[in-house]
Amino acid sequence: MILYELISYDVLRVIWWLLLGVLLIGFALTDGFDMGVGALLPFVGKTDIERRVAINTVGPVWEGNQVWFILGGGAIFAAWPPLYAVSFSGFYLAMFAVLAALILRPVAFKYRSKRDSAAWRSGWDWALFVGGAVPALIFGVAVGNVLQGVPFELTPDLFSRYEGSYYGKFFGLLNPFALLTGVVSLAMLVTHGAAWLSLKAEGPVAARARAIGSVTGLVTIGGYVLAGLWLALGIDGYAIVGDVITDGPSNPLYSDVERTGSWLSAYTARPWIAIAPILALVGMSLAVMGLRAGREVSTLLWSKLGIFGAISSVGLTMFPFILPSSLDPRSSLTVWDASSSHQTLFIMLVVTAIFMPLILAYTAWVYKVLWGKVTEKDVTGNSHTVY
Amino acid sequence: MELDIVELSRLQFAMTAMYHFLFVPLTLGLSILVAIMETVYVMTGRPIWRQMTKFWGTLFGINFVLGVATGITMEFQFGMNWSYYSHYVGDIFGAPLAIEGLMAFFLEATFVGLFFFGWDKLSRVQHLVVTWLVAIGSNFSALWILIANGWMQNPVGASFNPDTMRMEMDSFFEVLFNEVAQAKFVHTVSAGYVTASVFVLGVSAWYLLKNRHTALARRSITVAAAFGLASALSVVVLGDESGYSASHTQRMKLAAMEGMWETHPAPAPFTAFGIPDVEARETHYAVEIPWVMGLIGTRSLASEIPGINDLVDEAEVRIRSGIVAYDALMTIREQRGDTPAKVRETFEAHSDNLGFAFLLLRYMDDPRDATPEQIAMTATDTIPGVLPLFWAFRVMVGLGFAFIGVMVYFFWRSSFRQQSYPRWALRLAVAIIPAPWIAAELGWFVAEYGRQPWTVDGVLPTALSVSHLSVQDLLLTLAGFVTIYTILFIVEMGLMLKYIRKGPFQDVEETEAWEARHEHRLRTHDGQGPFAPAGARAASAVDDGFSGSKPTPAE
Repeated sequence: MILYELISYDVLRVIWWLLLGVLLIGFALTDGFDMGVGALLPFVGKTDIERRVAINTVGPVWEGNQVWFILGGGAIFAAWPPLYAVSFSGFYLAMFAVLAALILRPVAFKYRSKRDSAAWRSGWDWALFVGGAVPALIFGVAVGNVLQGVPFELTPDLFSRYEGSYYGKFFGLLNPFALLTGVVSLAMLVTHGAAWLSLKAEGPVAARARAIGSVTGLVTIGGYVLAGLWLALGIDGYAIVGDVITDGPSNPLYSDVERTGSWLSAYTARPWIAIAPILALVGMSLAVMGLRAGREVSTLLWSKLGIFGAISSVGLTMFPFILPSSLDPRSSLTVWDASSSHQTLFIMLVVTAIFMPLILAYTAWVYKVLWGKVTEKDVTGNSHTVY
Repeated sequence: MELDIVELSRLQFAMTAMYHFLFVPLTLGLSILVAIMETVYVMTGRPIWRQMTKFWGTLFGINFVLGVATGITMEFQFGMNWSYYSHYVGDIFGAPLAIEGLMAFFLEATFVGLFFFGWDKLSRVQHLVVTWLVAIGSNFSALWILIANGWMQNPVGASFNPDTMRMEMDSFFEVLFNEVAQAKFVHTVSAGYVTASVFVLGVSAWYLLKNRHTALARRSITVAAAFGLASALSVVVLGDESGYSASHTQRMKLAAMEGMWETHPAPAPFTAFGIPDVEARETHYAVEIPWVMGLIGTRSLASEIPGINDLVDEAEVRIRSGIVAYDALMTIREQRGDTPAKVRETFEAHSDNLGFAFLLLRYMDDPRDATPEQIAMTATDTIPGVLPLFWAFRVMVGLGFAFIGVMVYFFWRSSFRQQSYPRWALRLAVAIIPAPWIAAELGWFVAEYGRQPWTVDGVLPTALSVSHLSVQDLLLTLAGFVTIYTILFIVEMGLMLKYIRKGPFQDVEETEAWEARHEHRLRTHDGQGPFAPAGARAASAVDDGFSGSKPTPAE
């Protein structure tokens, strides 16, 4: 089949790098507010009925939203197999913590209100809190570690090995810069959750969400700026040495890489990418103002824009690197040497081009059907069908 | 068993996958049964069918959520625990997993929320469409997962690329229409339909024994028995199709399942009973039925099915060929573009056997150093555990036939004996509720354990597929999964039993309104619509919701 040569290998790789971004951003924009609501739950809901209102604002949609995460995993496997192989085994225990939290979360949604006991419900409320806060924190920690380089190396067979003991590997992740990016991620998704609750809930739940969200929004902005300065002053960037071959075989060892200069030199090479951090700061600032002023729909949209800018800025700053190695820079994974084969990328693009518009269309329809605020009356009146 | 990384990774995968599959079959089948019930509701307008949809839908939801939660682990643990596998075959294996997300899982997960929350927000037909989309999404999900798994059993449409040190896709079409995958898909979803039918049958039988919700229970049995009978036949027929395709694609697995040590002159007999002995390489106390195996495996009386001993000899030849491929690969890797064409040709000629050379890596660093004794020993490593396979397969098949018997009986009683069921039959239906789960888990055991020592048959040995982890890493996560999964299992069973005991929620107002509208027809027609068999009128008069007596909410 020669059909796949219609689109050249390097172009497909860039498209799939963009689609990787689309999936991560799609996940953060949708499941992000579910996680934010989970993390906010103990603080916005003082009584059982208030907590049920908060839970039911995301009740019908969290399941579909979570598929962005599952699909993200599947798409990385299909389009970036070396990234899938190296990152999830390298972040093994952190991934386990994410999985444990994300396993408890669906069950907590579904089972929480199926018994009347207060202990039962408060137990599942904790699971919702952990299921929201822990993944949000760990995803940010992971980003912080990726920016610093991850201690792995590839053998000539392309088997990935990691440096350090079993404890060192896990606690090594929790370094100061990564903790900062973790806090930014958590604060950003909590703010997003607050913007959602402000739109979908009423009364004290929405009011508390707005109060907390306007603080976490400021934390996000401050943390994001601080992380940018840290990146400029304290962390070395990576660069491919010699000619960059963009359509060669996916073998990271075929190119040489060194640690040099700063990540932020990308902004002198491609000044237009400054739009991403600008959107991040503008979006988040307007979201904070919207939360204070009690605006609903626009606040959620600004928050979405802020998240879009923040995640894009990480990807654009690192391009073409996807997963740099601090242990053996030559092993670093880049857009040009860590993808699937030409044919697989093409087939997956065709499938995505067919199904992604359908997904967006029916997801939009579902949100339209569910449009409107969730009230206490909705919850008490349909006690046997809602969460 | 030595607790090394490979064994612990296998244990963790087996545990999490088999646990996941406790929930999947019921999701597959119950989603369709619920959609059928709601279709009847929309066509007839009878509240009882809506009540059934909601009741079985609630049980579906309790089960579904655990399938989703445990499925998250499945999507990520290839990368976590099987890093080299992920690198080596991700170019092929990743695609169906991603397509599953795009085409199937998004569909079912997006609409399942509306199924539960949309009753008041959607018209009847809209809600019915939503329910069918959930059912279709679930079943498509199974299709793509089984295409991925089918490729591990029969890796077609791919070849090794020395530059990237991995398998790469040659033909998506071949991967998609892999005969193993297609047979497996229908076999597996049918098994899910049987599971759900046995479940609905058993729970309904319990209601009849307790004389509760009899209108709901009788109608549910009618649906479940008809659907279950068709599915039970399909499971066995497609299981046979799998056996047929295994006779040329997975010959070692088939020989091990049959405890067939020597190649038997065609047509081979089927060993109904026996105790396979790996040491002696023979099956003791074998009770053989002539011809049957030859007929199942080859659909002819003339074709031979190779025995284990001949397949081991064949493996030895393939290991030697694999060493040649490995040697050529090392040259190609050093010299890249400058590799002489002759070496490339040698590699191409032997590359199908490269995986067999990898089997030697268990004993040495360089397969080229292997002695003839080591090669012979490694060839015997290709025999999977014969005894457990032999018996797991037989128990599964026995259960498969038993389900046909049960479904035939209930179908006959529901269609031709006025929906009257003797108490012993109802008790039996309750007692066999766990049986389809046992059959399904045994089926996966045969498929996966029978493929050992490979993760991808003939391509990548299991021992080579793992990640660079420590024993502590694995013990910690294994303990974590066992703890979380045990707690969730207890919680799930508790909720299932609670909601079964509680019974259906009845919309009293709606039932009365419907009754009032159809008063005339009810008086003249006993309240039975086109979907209730004529004989059922007298039998199901109690607690119908529209037979004159006031309905009593179950709560």
